[in-house]
Amino acid sequence: MGLLSKKNKEALNTPLFKENPVTVQVLGICSALAVTSKLEPAIVMGLSVTIIVAMANVIISLIRNTIPMRIRIIVQLVVVAALVTLVSEVLKAFAYDVSVQLSVYIGLIITNCILMGRLEAFAMQNKPWPSFLDGIGNGVGYAMILVIVAFFREFFGTGALLGFQIIPESFYEAGYMNNGLMLMTPAAFILIACIVWFQRAKDKSLQEK
Amino acid sequence: MAAKKYVCKVCGYAHEGNEAPSVCPLCKAGASEFEVVNAPKKKGFDTNSDLYAIIYSAFVVVIVAFLLAGVSSVLKPTQDANIALDKKKQILASLNIKNELDVAAKYDEVIKKELVINAEGVEVADKGGFDVKNEDVNENNLPLYIAEVNNEKKYIIPMTGNGLWGGIWGYIALNADCNTIYGVYFSHASETPGLGAEIAADKFQNQFTKDKDGNKVVKMVYNENGEVALEVKKGKGDANYHIDAVSGATLTCNGVDDMFKRKLAPYYNYLKNNAPVVEAPVAQEENVEPAADAAQVNVEE
Repeated sequence: MGLLSKKNKEALNTPLFKENPVTVQVLGICSALAVTSKLEPAIVMGLSVTIIVAMANVIISLIRNTIPMRIRIIVQLVVVAALVTLVSEVLKAFAYDVSVQLSVYIGLIITNCILMGRLEAFAMQNKPWPSFLDGIGNGVGYAMILVIVAFFREFFGTGALLGFQIIPESFYEAGYMNNGLMLMTPAAFILIACIVWFQRAKDKSLQEK
Repeated sequence: MAAKKYVCKVCGYAHEGNEAPSVCPLCKAGASEFEVVNAPKKKGFDTNSDLYAIIYSAFVVVIVAFLLAGVSSVLKPTQDANIALDKKKQILASLNIKNELDVAAKYDEVIKKELVINAEGVEVADKGGFDVKNEDVNENNLPLYIAEVNNEKKYIIPMTGNGLWGGIWGYIALNADCNTIYGVYFSHASETPGLGAEIAADKFQNQFTKDKDGNKVVKMVYNENGEVALEVKKGKGDANYHIDAVSGATLTCNGVDDMFKRKLAPYYNYLKNNAPVVEAPVAQEENVEPAADAAQVNVEE
């Protein structure tokens, strides 16, 4: 089996669109609402989830045959929590600024349903390498939606992107106003719903009969 | 290849062979109703037994515990150094010294003293203020930093409080007159990005020293009666003391307001004793009811 055989490519590709964790599987919505009012935390969160889910997938996949079925969720949780704590400790020691940025999100990663979902649905049945690809695919699929939502929320909510003012001062003088709703959580719901709508309109196979 | 075992889902009839029977001999269900039953894995032990599960979980927990404890103790010194450095960076930020490359050296250059004082205004210790932990701060144990910027004396008061989701903290630097604000720094543990988290942004913090057009303004902490009059509220207020709250972040801003009231009050006596006499409006009238203020402070603490 090649490193990127058809099946492995599928593990990497399908979570991006067809099986997108946020818009199709509707996982990880809680964090998608919480961290998308600005672009920067959305990118950081997407990146950290990608790394953690890939690592957790590999570890669970390696020990999948030894895990007693009845306590598998607990074992998965222990692995994820240990991994997240480990990463956070290492960051605190060697990249303190990043860890300060991440402080809120570290905790959110553990509770992210995408992790548990992928460990349970994929890593428990597959070999380490496809599991790794599946983790990367799901992480990127998740990050993608976060970034799209955050882009619209920050742009229309504050007129800035990544903290840099994009909409010029003259617009405000001419009567333009930032949309305060965009910074509130409901805006994330509306935007995610719009993405789901758009995706389903494009891809007929996703529509329920 | 060994024969597979098929079971009819409808009636439970078991069949052995390479393929499922086309029709179930008992209930006449079609081949699609049959499913393969995997023979139990031949292993040295049964991974579904209770004993295995208990031993396995104990094993996993012990490994993870040792791993985390090991990593934590190995990395602790580096982390502590980072935290101390970050604290110095925050203190410098309240003096409007930002983006400094060598934080430690700049800190040693600017900060002259790290005092510990008490609410009566007496200096308890002339060093060690930096090492006072947040939870140990009380009216007999108040850290205060004295800095010198451009040959002017500045007092820096550390503050901690509660935001909406978690802790908030900050440093406020006062000029040599012990009342007007030279600079501030705020940060937070987990306030909402875009809303409460804006207290850490320049836009909010600049209000303490500048107006909207970037012109210098003077804000004061204590009023004539020695009360903390500095406030964070939505809307208008006394221009000398008023800071406009962040829209949509009322609870976080209330937390900042509360932090000012609680944390700055105990410093009043010390600052009063050290304020230059020239500062007539503040220094003279503050003798009106200092005792009452001190009592109030004690109650609030």
